[in-house]
Amino acid sequence: MFAELLQYLLSGLTIGAIYALAGLGFSIIYNASHVINFAQGEFIMIGGMASATLTASGVPLPLAIMIGCGGAMLVGVLVAKFAVERARNASTVTLIIITIGASIFLRGVAELVWGKDFKRLDAFSGETPIQIMGASMQPQSLWVVGTAGVLIVAIGLFFARTLTGKAILATSHNRLAAQLVGIDVKRVVLASFALSAALGAVGGAVVAPITFSYTEMGIMLGLKGFTAAVLGGLGHGPGAVAGGLIVGIAEALGAGYISSAYKDAVAFVIILAVLLFMPNGLFGKRGTERV
Amino acid sequence: MNALLHGRLTGLLALGAVIAVLPAFLPNNFYLDIAILAGFNAVVCVGLNLLIGYAGQISLGHAGFFGIGAYASGVLVGTYGWPPIVALLAGAVFVGLLAFLVAKPILRLKGHYLAMATLGIGIIVSIVLRTESGLTGGPDGMMVEPFKIFGVELYGEKVWYWVVGVLLVGVVWLSLNLIDSPMGRALRAVHGSEVAAEVVGVDTARFKVMVFVLSAVFASVAGSLFAHYAGLITPAKADFFKSIELVTMVVFGGMASTFGAVVGAVVLTLLPQALTIFQDYQQIVLGGILMATMVFMPKGLLPTLAALLPARRRA
Amino acid sequence: MKMLATTDLSPDITAQARRVGPPILKVEHLSREFGGVLAIGDLSFAIAAGDIHSIIGPNGAGKTTLFNLVTGVYKPSGGRVLFDGADVSGMAPYRLAARGMSRTFQNLQIFFNMTALENVMVGRHLHLNTRLLPALFRVPSLVRKDREAKDRAAQLMADVGLGKYVDADAASMPYGALKRLEIARALASEPKLLLLDEPAAGLNATESREIDEVIKTVAASGVTIVLVEHDMKMVMGISHRITALNQGRMLAEGTPQEVAANPDVIAAYLGAAP
Ligand SMILES: Nc1ncnc2c1ncn2[C@@H]1O[C@H](COP(=O)(O)OP(=O)(O)O)[C@@H](O)[C@H]1O
Ligand SMILES: [Mg+2]
Repeated sequence: MFAELLQYLLSGLTIGAIYALAGLGFSIIYNASHVINFAQGEFIMIGGMASATLTASGVPLPLAIMIGCGGAMLVGVLVAKFAVERARNASTVTLIIITIGASIFLRGVAELVWGKDFKRLDAFSGETPIQIMGASMQPQSLWVVGTAGVLIVAIGLFFARTLTGKAILATSHNRLAAQLVGIDVKRVVLASFALSAALGAVGGAVVAPITFSYTEMGIMLGLKGFTAAVLGGLGHGPGAVAGGLIVGIAEALGAGYISSAYKDAVAFVIILAVLLFMPNGLFGKRGTERV
Repeated sequence: MNALLHGRLTGLLALGAVIAVLPAFLPNNFYLDIAILAGFNAVVCVGLNLLIGYAGQISLGHAGFFGIGAYASGVLVGTYGWPPIVALLAGAVFVGLLAFLVAKPILRLKGHYLAMATLGIGIIVSIVLRTESGLTGGPDGMMVEPFKIFGVELYGEKVWYWVVGVLLVGVVWLSLNLIDSPMGRALRAVHGSEVAAEVVGVDTARFKVMVFVLSAVFASVAGSLFAHYAGLITPAKADFFKSIELVTMVVFGGMASTFGAVVGAVVLTLLPQALTIFQDYQQIVLGGILMATMVFMPKGLLPTLAALLPARRRA
Repeated sequence: MKMLATTDLSPDITAQARRVGPPILKVEHLSREFGGVLAIGDLSFAIAAGDIHSIIGPNGAGKTTLFNLVTGVYKPSGGRVLFDGADVSGMAPYRLAARGMSRTFQNLQIFFNMTALENVMVGRHLHLNTRLLPALFRVPSLVRKDREAKDRAAQLMADVGLGKYVDADAASMPYGALKRLEIARALASEPKLLLLDEPAAGLNATESREIDEVIKTVAASGVTIVLVEHDMKMVMGISHRITALNQGRMLAEGTPQEVAANPDVIAAYLGAAP
């Protein structure tokens, strides 16, 4: 009974950590540019595919992850520079379609480079399950949760302590004012894409041993990340993290206790229920629109 | 081109003329089939454009309504033996009610929150269609009986081409009528400034709900007929990608332009067919074209072209 | 109308000669806070039918917030709004519009996705058939009334001096014209009570005088006007009564002369001056 619950919680926490990273990625980009980047899932895919294929051809794992991460960052910057930045004043829908175009494009490139089949990446430290109070956990789950935890804390510190981080925050609060005090807003947008891409890619690499890697792996992960970000309140970093964990755990519980076929629907049912009562998410700004 | 955009009758006649002469230029059923698919997409997009282009409300879940219409026809006719036209109407009524129920709370949301909510509804619908295999045949979909009315069976591309053609002209006519009416102006006012619309008496919530329901019903009817035409319906027709495809057609063709929606639907139905010559590069080219069009023509194809024409005449 | 517009409405004559109408608008103990800060605090006053009643006060005094509360754009945190004797506190703006209230906005709220004429035609919304089916099938009666609405909107545009912009896209019009477009749109709904939020802000002297004329003409046709304006010459020239606000509270109320002579008002303005 309890072991079963614990089992679901642990697997929910694992996948929730990835959603949290993706959600954080959405939030960071949203803050800097007010764009929802539907290519966020493709950053995850790049990280997963790069580390799986590179290690398979003999590159040591840490290096493979770093290369994947660097590649994703480069891709992120290119998307920001050549698509998003040029369409600054376009409407919300137009921007959504631009980033969706980018995600289709990236999947196309990925298929060309890596092919359509599933790629396997060995677990980082074996596959002997760890027993915890009757539940069992893959060591890779620890890697996922641990890595996500470290990254989330690092991001928190980055925004609180570094000048670049503060510049991104300032830009999100008031773009014009940020510009006036000499912040290069364009570079802030590029930096935010690079940062989100890095988060996604590392997430993709650590989760790859659990989910396998394939060029379409980013689709659902990206959408769940978007759900996490909206659940927490768009642009609210800690909210996105909480949103990711909530979605992950609810999904695992739903799959376990209700129906595994409806696992993917859980996130969307939750988000609809929450938006019904909290139109700005759990932690989003609640101010009255100024007229 | 300007007349296409602004003249109600001229545009309608032009569309009718194109539809009437097109078959003469299509060498075989393969091309007719593509034209029919383009027509179905155009019908949905004309409705969706009322919501997105005119009223300014995003929906990333309209394929869900298309799918419900399609499956309503498939299930009610195939499994329960209803007459197709009754099944089509039942599907439309059901979709209308569903859209009405979800619209009120959802359309209070703005921007990306609305995008999220509609996306969620679409995905939930497609998951239900995929999962309830007892009813829907699951991921493989289900066969759909042909459309029979008054003992006549609609059969073959040649017949369906005219059915879809007439439907499209009708839907375009309705859309043009609506836009050029007090309700149409109210919808556009909602897009322009909700608060300003409210203070001159526009019940913005009501009009948002109405246009959402209307566009959902258009999608449902198109879905029903499509199911009969194709003879097979799969959950893919209701999923997130189909929704995105529909929105993309609307935006690509030109938001707040009924003929733009038609052009967008036609071009983006043809494009993947044309891109098959690129084989492995198909997705890259499609994604690239989407990005490039939106970056360089954020207003969409038809309005951008229309803006070019008078400028040249003046020069 | 033309005659009345040019008649001298200087308050020293009218204030004594005119009969004070029953209140068309009353606010009682109205308050509204934003994040713990009171933008309007315990405000009570009444506006007589037929008046041009100005609300003055330094920036941030709460004038726009008051408009938003009265027109239902914001919900009050406390107190009541009475319109034509009925409690309308927190009622949706479109319902208030149906009861005969309309307004303009300090920060323009134009339908930039339409032509100028269409903007004004939206103002006719309450007087037209706005149902779905008649629109879809373009029933003749709807088309006929819509054509009348179009003529009427064009006339209103001419009345506010926008004759040459009838076919213009709203997005292509200069600021001063848009300010007047908002007035025309509000008038199209045929309000009993019209609230104007800084209609002359950002206009040059000539444009200001034109707006001044428009307001007088509208008032002369029987519409009660609530005016927020920083142009003191205009305010003093056309108002029957003035309410002065400071930091969300009532500072003074009375005829233009009384308010202008009020030491608190003078202090608030001097204090607020840079
Ligand atoms: N939507 C809002 N959210 C938060 N604060 C607001 C909002 N609207 C007005 N305020 C605050 O209320 C006070 C009064 O503002 P306002 O009514 O605009 O003043 P005025 O129109 O007299 O210049 C100001 O301090 C302003 O910052
Ligand atoms: Mg103000």
